[in-house]
Amino acid sequence: MKTHIIFGLTVIVLIIAFVVGSSYYKGKQAEKIGFLAQENAELFVRDYSQTLGSDDAKVFIIEFMDPACETCAAFSPFVKQLVATNHGKIKLVLRYAPFHQGADYFVKILEAAKKQGRYWETLDVMYKTQSYWASHHNPQPQKIWQFLPKAGVNIEQIRKDMNDPAIAKMIEQDLADAKILNVRKTPGLFVNGIPLQTFGSKQLLELVQSELRANYPNQ
Amino acid sequence: MTQLNKKNTNWNILFLSWLVTSVSILGSLFFSHVMEFAPCVLCWYQRIFLFPLVIILAVGLFPFDKSVVKFALPLTVAGWLIAAYHNLLYVGLIPESIQPCSQGVSCTEEYIELFGFLSIPMLSIISFTTILTLLIILMRRTAK
Repeated sequence: MKTHIIFGLTVIVLIIAFVVGSSYYKGKQAEKIGFLAQENAELFVRDYSQTLGSDDAKVFIIEFMDPACETCAAFSPFVKQLVATNHGKIKLVLRYAPFHQGADYFVKILEAAKKQGRYWETLDVMYKTQSYWASHHNPQPQKIWQFLPKAGVNIEQIRKDMNDPAIAKMIEQDLADAKILNVRKTPGLFVNGIPLQTFGSKQLLELVQSELRANYPNQ
Repeated sequence: MTQLNKKNTNWNILFLSWLVTSVSILGSLFFSHVMEFAPCVLCWYQRIFLFPLVIILAVGLFPFDKSVVKFALPLTVAGWLIAAYHNLLYVGLIPESIQPCSQGVSCTEEYIELFGFLSIPMLSIISFTTILTLLIILMRRTAK
């Protein structure tokens, strides 16, 4: 009988150690990045980054995304909704973390569309048609071209602009920042430099609300 | 009385090997899920042999069954061999070009070096070696 107790207690101790260790580590990480945010805000927001929302906003949602990432596509309307409903208080900053193979191709198209002022329209088309061109087993990036006219862009111009070395450099910079900020999955979300601990719309909403309360105390 | 002591010691050895296995598994889960290090292919192969051990060894504990060694030893040896290969690759004794994992995470990617020298592949070989040693001791003792 004694052996059962030893075994059971060991199991419990191991589980507790794991859970406590995990939350301790995550807390430490959050502290580290929070500190980084004040020191190096540019890690989160670069001058060239695409943004949505008012320039006077005090709450920044930073999203490291990948045009070929299914979760990013599914999650995008929720984030946009957050920006829209808290008009003027939230600014969305998009950063690139094209972890899927060949995804930088789509980032290049997106940046080329930006030059025509059709960034969000193009991203919307990409997300909506993602299942056609981004299959994991059989990615067919060329298929995107048939859908792009829906975004109202000049296709020929995009084919020219997308090879601009400045875009490749931008992706490199974003990936370097993602590495420093420990973004290994997309979407990688931060609110005012605080990383989202566990992924989910509820968690993001809570984090955004707490930052809204902190930055707009009188409303 | 000595017979009983011997039995207790055997149980303790098996329990210890189970404990080492459990800590190793939790450690590997900590690396991949908490620290979010993506496991490379070789790491997955080592896990394939490590994870079942925790169940097999625990089953052998209640009630103590010396035949547990027969089932646990092959898994441990296989895991040990892969861990050994991984370490040789990691320190560069086997050239990168012949490694089977050119896609995804490189098996020589350096994530951490605890105390300046303990890498993740090294932790793995230490665990497998400890489990292997304990199981061999148990086999010798119960064979008599």
